[in-house]
Amino acid sequence: MAQVINIAPITRIEGHAQIAIKLDDDGNVADSKVHFQSLRGFEKFVEGKPAEEIPRIVNRICGICPWHHHLASNKAVDKCFGATPPPAGHKLRELMQTIAHAEDKLLHFFFLASADFVIGPDSDYKVRNVIGVAQANPELATKVVKTRQMTKMILEKFAGKAIHPVAGVVGGFAKPMVEEDRKEILAKMEEVLEFALFTINFAKTEVFPKYLDTVKTLGVITTGFLGTVDDQGALNLYDGKLRMMKPDGTFTDFSVDNYADYLGEHVEPYSYGKMPYAKFWNEGFSLDLDKPKGVYRSNCLARINVADKMATPLAQAELEEFRKLFGRPAQATLLYHWARLIEEVYACEHAIELLKDTSITDTNIRAKVEPKAGRGVGCVEAPRGTLIHDYSTDENGLITRANMIVGTTHNLGPINMSVNQAARLLIQKGKVDEGILNKIEMSVRAYDP
Amino acid sequence: MTAKVAEEWLNACSGCEISLVDMGERLLDVLQLVEFVHIPVLMDHKYYGQLGDKKHIHIPEADVGIISGGIRNKEHLEIAEEMRKQCKLIIALGTCATHGGIPALANSYTNNQVLDRYYSTETTDKPDTYPSEGLPELLDCTYALDEKIKVDVYLPGCPPHSDQVFSALAGLLTGNPAVLPNKSVCDTCPTVRKGKGDLKQLRRFLQSPHYNAPNEPIDKMHCLLEQGFLCMGPVTKGGCGGDSIHPRCISARVPCRGCYGPVKHDGNQMLDMLNALASNQIDIKSLPETTSLSRFSGAHHNLRPKK
Repeated sequence: MAQVINIAPITRIEGHAQIAIKLDDDGNVADSKVHFQSLRGFEKFVEGKPAEEIPRIVNRICGICPWHHHLASNKAVDKCFGATPPPAGHKLRELMQTIAHAEDKLLHFFFLASADFVIGPDSDYKVRNVIGVAQANPELATKVVKTRQMTKMILEKFAGKAIHPVAGVVGGFAKPMVEEDRKEILAKMEEVLEFALFTINFAKTEVFPKYLDTVKTLGVITTGFLGTVDDQGALNLYDGKLRMMKPDGTFTDFSVDNYADYLGEHVEPYSYGKMPYAKFWNEGFSLDLDKPKGVYRSNCLARINVADKMATPLAQAELEEFRKLFGRPAQATLLYHWARLIEEVYACEHAIELLKDTSITDTNIRAKVEPKAGRGVGCVEAPRGTLIHDYSTDENGLITRANMIVGTTHNLGPINMSVNQAARLLIQKGKVDEGILNKIEMSVRAYDP
Repeated sequence: MTAKVAEEWLNACSGCEISLVDMGERLLDVLQLVEFVHIPVLMDHKYYGQLGDKKHIHIPEADVGIISGGIRNKEHLEIAEEMRKQCKLIIALGTCATHGGIPALANSYTNNQVLDRYYSTETTDKPDTYPSEGLPELLDCTYALDEKIKVDVYLPGCPPHSDQVFSALAGLLTGNPAVLPNKSVCDTCPTVRKGKGDLKQLRRFLQSPHYNAPNEPIDKMHCLLEQGFLCMGPVTKGGCGGDSIHPRCISARVPCRGCYGPVKHDGNQMLDMLNALASNQIDIKSLPETTSLSRFSGAHHNLRPKK
């Protein structure tokens, strides 16, 4: 008899979603759907509000990546008002964003994902979590918790608020960095870099080798990729041009100002969340596993696939090793975990670079701004993907129209495909157990949605 | 003896949960004292049984239930009711749970206005009908928790400071639930108030406030409201700085926007602020708009669609 298996809620992810897998009469997978359940309507309720207030409103889209919303929004408002932040204003924004990346990846790897690998995908759910990991490895847990909190508290101590920040302001940054701050944060980030290197080595020796077969099969799909690169083609998290890569590795670069010519958003009847696709490929939209159309992915694996190189030496060495093993573009979904740790190394190295340049302590951090009518598209790479905020303002500088494409949104279509692939791989003749259902969720967790 | 704790997030962004994790090493201490029986962000307990074969949402019994987020759809409501049934005590964690929070700004609009915009942006292929298959139906607006279930402890903040999350949890486990004092942000703000002046107009926050040197401590800086910037400090519950006391936004030299909600639970931040400004002869027409004065407390019917 036909049957529907519900995985509700999907756990150890950051959003709200459920999976429904439909089995046919023989107990094989007929169909699967991932229901993305959140709908809050930021695009509507920012209308009529003063544009300079929006970076303090849209950060509430996500409590895990509020810095990225805050800064993409600030960049959009800068453009609406024709403001050019002074160099130190941009550097402080970029530093905060880069440190937020460094903190976020530790959170995901250790708190959300590691239990599947360290405790094991088939183990009892009561211990298959960060609490179980902490009990099994108390020394490591203490180190993780301390380092992550230290990274996070850099943001709070310097910028007032770490979650739902306020220190990015239209025209630049709210407070200058004094020499004492610079030295203190630099010393801390050097410690975080050391931990980032420990983490990737730990993962490469203790974690990934045990699961290589799973990595090569679970949730594997073939798609394009989207990310941001600088003029030299190196991965950049704060600014640059967008690069869309096709599954065959060829790519197109474009300015984020023209994003609407390149990206479309498809609506499926079973998901509040929309599904972006590469409109300019002119092939439409389809999540068919064998013949997907318009589908690309974002987030770390996408970024390291589209980048020609990493701008820092240790991360570049990691990328070279990764490419030797998995090629370019790498498609296996579980490789997101590996890519995330390469980016972790980059984020730490890049924060250190920014901090070693004493011009970051320049006190000219904010341009005076006048509200006016305009349009601005702001973009940064959030941990979960390319983040686009696009606003228009009237002559009083109030928002008249807003469009946002949020990092994880790019991956909603691909997550559906990975779940479908994993379900077909693992569920046969009606045989289902907790381990199987958790492995299907692992194909979602890799995207860190 | 360990206390059983269940945690849920409803119409929320996960910032409150991250604040919990930001307790750092104290989190490891807390984990010695509590047993989480349900917390979707960290643990794989499922609503409909581990194989998803049950008909109704089930959350295990717990001594303490922590809920972040407001109630926006039918599933949120079902979860909140189940949490209330299974938990001896309910903590509303964060301003979305206590007052609706930022997502309750949507209460100024009807659901159709929200859906019409979201599904018709310039990049969206507008569908004929809006998604509904397998999705929880929206309620007519965003509700704070206590509009739908009884709440025992309120812990506002966007997010609540992890110091307060820790003291609240530690307090509950020792039988002394900590509550925030009824002080305003101004009561806890060390900036210098001169008290006089002939301020008539407010300025938008489009330039840096005045301070004498980059490393000048906050307690030497002139009050931002007295400098002419809108600051919601007078009408906002204080305590956001956690153990370090100073209001967090002010310490970044940025004015308060009210994220801890009203000083008294049933206060109205917008009306209280407009009154405060008017009674000081400050022209409220110098504000570009006023809805966003209620940006953190739009539930409890404070914000409604315009007729």
